[in-house]
Amino acid sequence: MPVSRDSHGPVWRQRTRAGDLATWFAWLTGLAVVAICLSFISDKTIWEFVWSAPREAADLGSRMIPPDWTYSTQLWRPLWDTFNIATLGTAIALGVSVPVAFCAARNTTPSTKLVRPIALFVIAASRSINSLIWALLLVVIVGPGVFAGVLAIAFRSIGFCGKLLYEAIEEIEVSPVEAVTATGASSGQILTYGVVPQIMPAFAGISVFRWDINIRESTILGLVGAGGIGLQLNASINNLDWSRVAVILIAILLTVIISEWLSAKIRRALS
Amino acid sequence: MAAKTQTWYRPHIISNPALRWVLALGIGVYLAAAIGTLDINWSRVAEGWPRAQRFFSGFMPPDFFSRGDAILDGLLESLWMTVAATALGVLISVPVAIGGARNVSPVPVYLFCRSLMAVSRAFHEVLLAIFFVKLFGFGPFAGVATLTMATVGFYAKLLAEDIESISVAQSEAIRATGAGWLQWLDYAIRPQARPRAIGLAMYRLDINFRESAIIGIVGAGGIGATLNTAFDRYEFDTAAAILLIIIGIVMAAEYMSGHIRKAVQ
Repeated sequence: MPVSRDSHGPVWRQRTRAGDLATWFAWLTGLAVVAICLSFISDKTIWEFVWSAPREAADLGSRMIPPDWTYSTQLWRPLWDTFNIATLGTAIALGVSVPVAFCAARNTTPSTKLVRPIALFVIAASRSINSLIWALLLVVIVGPGVFAGVLAIAFRSIGFCGKLLYEAIEEIEVSPVEAVTATGASSGQILTYGVVPQIMPAFAGISVFRWDINIRESTILGLVGAGGIGLQLNASINNLDWSRVAVILIAILLTVIISEWLSAKIRRALS
Repeated sequence: MAAKTQTWYRPHIISNPALRWVLALGIGVYLAAAIGTLDINWSRVAEGWPRAQRFFSGFMPPDFFSRGDAILDGLLESLWMTVAATALGVLISVPVAIGGARNVSPVPVYLFCRSLMAVSRAFHEVLLAIFFVKLFGFGPFAGVATLTMATVGFYAKLLAEDIESISVAQSEAIRATGAGWLQWLDYAIRPQARPRAIGLAMYRLDINFRESAIIGIVGAGGIGATLNTAFDRYEFDTAAAILLIIIGIVMAAEYMSGHIRKAVQ
């Protein structure tokens, strides 16, 4: 226990003197790095535009308020599309990520030398490309529309779900698997009776978690033409129809908050 | 008398059979409705393959050098943006997280901080970027503002949840010594939340870099802006090079942040 002495006797300290110095040095380095970064940003910023921000904000606010509430009746179909992009995309991703995860987990993979690296690469590649970039590519390939959005969400989510799922598979208890093996079960039976029941809660949690993220991602895919409410948003912004933009933003806010609340509720019920 | 043979079945995940059937039926009806309204243009999808081939042949071979300076510039800008926004975001998040933890803060403060988190979380980074570009003009300043706000929504929420789940025994022990509120925060809450706080900051650094590659598409600076310029000029070989660099850096960052998080926790 680090102790320092003053005129009244020993005083307790949180760290030793060397520990204190190290902490202060770490803070100093961190602050210096951030200061350097900020100075680079400031060099590249046109400050006149930044100073005019309050005026711009006031202008934007006056155009957005009051929101064009009559427009909200036309938003049901885009919202339904957005919901479908997220839900179907998540469903497809889950379907694909299950076999990928089983191939990537060290304890269930058919071969560590060949199959596992391939599965890990699929996961990493899918995770590294943002769904907006996937959408950009898919709109060119399958044409603009909801289908491109569904595929973009699915492609991005395969890696996410696969990664979390294979980590869950690697963390399972060995004893149930050994018990099922001892009954003379085939390898398929070992999977369904020994492994699958153990990862079911994780699987359900992961799917709801990703669905919630996907609702938020699917609201912007329309900006590149991949369907959903982003299409209406893009059109309204391009037409400078800010009172409609306000309505769309409120609709997005409500959708995301409801889906997040729902997902938190389901996950709490699962755990 | 022959013994009756019995067969064992696995228990179902949802034990109530009525709920199980209603759920299955509901999912079936939803899928039918959703797929029915997808409006897939199959003839357009069928054209996809040759289009994809033409598209990707434009990508080949990736050209790292003819716009090398612009790529390097964009990458560095992304890096500055990421570090600055993560630091600012964490700085703002800490008080918001303390305010948003129910075991620390009074109800009005709690509700205010929670709604702040909900609003900054609800909008995707790209939507935030569109508005910040409108306010602050094109360039990295809008990017930093976007990423900072997104960081607050993410970091404050997760940190608040961590603070809510701290061990009560330690916090009561510090209270019992007669510590003031600030001392209680410093000695009971901070040490318990610290590992998670560092882990989350690393994770967010990683996310912010990825997002910095995207928000440039709507004008908020960074490597995304370079990517967008390459697409606009039909320099697909340069665009391919940028995409490959982004994938490489994201993979490296993820590998590193995984190691740092493991070392801290």
